[in-house]
Amino acid sequence: MCLSIPARIVQIENNTAKAEVGGLLREISIDLCPEVAVGEYVLIHAGFAIQRVDEKEAGETLELLKQLAEAI
Amino acid sequence: MKFIDEFRDKEIAQGLIQRIRAISSRPIQLMEVCGTHTVAFFRYGIRGMLPAHVRLISGPGCPVCVTPNRDIDLAVALSRRKGLIIAIFGDMMRVPGSTSSLQKEKAEGGDIRIITSSLEALQIARENPGKEVVFFAIGFETTSPTIAVALLQSKREHIRNLYFLNSQKRIPSTIRTLLQAERIQIDGFILPGHVSTIIGSEPYQFISSEFNLPAVITGFEPLDILQGVWMLARQIEEKRASLEIQYKRVVHEKGNPVAISKIDEAFERDGALWRGLGWIPDSGYGFREALKDRDARNLEVEVEPSKEHPGCLCGEILQGIKAPTDCSLFKRGCSPENPIGPCMVSLEGTCATYFKYL
Repeated sequence: MCLSIPARIVQIENNTAKAEVGGLLREISIDLCPEVAVGEYVLIHAGFAIQRVDEKEAGETLELLKQLAEAI
Repeated sequence: MKFIDEFRDKEIAQGLIQRIRAISSRPIQLMEVCGTHTVAFFRYGIRGMLPAHVRLISGPGCPVCVTPNRDIDLAVALSRRKGLIIAIFGDMMRVPGSTSSLQKEKAEGGDIRIITSSLEALQIARENPGKEVVFFAIGFETTSPTIAVALLQSKREHIRNLYFLNSQKRIPSTIRTLLQAERIQIDGFILPGHVSTIIGSEPYQFISSEFNLPAVITGFEPLDILQGVWMLARQIEEKRASLEIQYKRVVHEKGNPVAISKIDEAFERDGALWRGLGWIPDSGYGFREALKDRDARNLEVEVEPSKEHPGCLCGEILQGIKAPTDCSLFKRGCSPENPIGPCMVSLEGTCATYFKYL
């Protein structure tokens, strides 16, 4: 029920955006993420963008994971 | 897909499992309170990869499962009202109430429509001005801001025929209630990543500060979960109790302030009735004064007295006290095709997940 998936914003018109998920375009509300820009990734849940995905943090997490896995 | 595939890397996963094995020396029980985590543990085979002494237990992690019969019975009664449309998230259709379900009512001719977004409920109301429309609004904090947006929009547009059957729940107070009950040994919490994208980390501070337990806000891909388990195991071994965030790419200390402000504008904190857990103070939302005229509970309708199936253990399973395999009905009369309790209905219900993967 709390499932959310990352999607890339490709077009914004007022408080609605088109977002790409696995090659498909979906129309979503950006009422909860009004600052989002085209090209950014957001988490979508129940037809809404609920949070922007921070690419820098994602990269840092992955880097840490790689280090953890290698050092053992 | 970006932000998914890279968090499913098998080699890194193997390394993390070795890390967990290396650091964790004694039996521990970790509770997750999110059905999406329950499913992910099984789907990715994480239970089987972890050392046997790391036990994962499921808490009250699915809004469908914790919706009390009282509210399902009310929705059933409303669906029998002439000219009334029920808008509902798909998972709720098959949940049995005391004597019926919305699926049965639809088969009997009830106008019940499955929606995937609260904005579709608004649209149904706009398109059917002569009918009453009731949106069965369930969800944890992940979903609540989307419900708030629809509620506020209905007021702004003067849509008079849309009502909300509000059965939303808040997670932090429920964790407090589980801890206060002391009915189960919990050594750490795997906290729900998507609820936390909205509310942030602050509302969980009490877990470490008052109950001296470690807690990690965790994402849902295999590497996220393994890292979350490792972070908990490390805290336990180091005898620390902190609140940490694993899922940093979408969870911030303050959450999503815009979403929180929408919830605050539409709702005030209130107690809520949970299946299996009873009435929990401060665990739900009530309508703000200016929006109370949109409360579906004001619609007059006769509701049957609610009752539970006597053999069903959903209530105890939702508290982590019992596992589905402890229930005499599990696979013996209760299955996803013929569910007796809600934990067997919801795609993320603990019983349905055990049924599918065990």
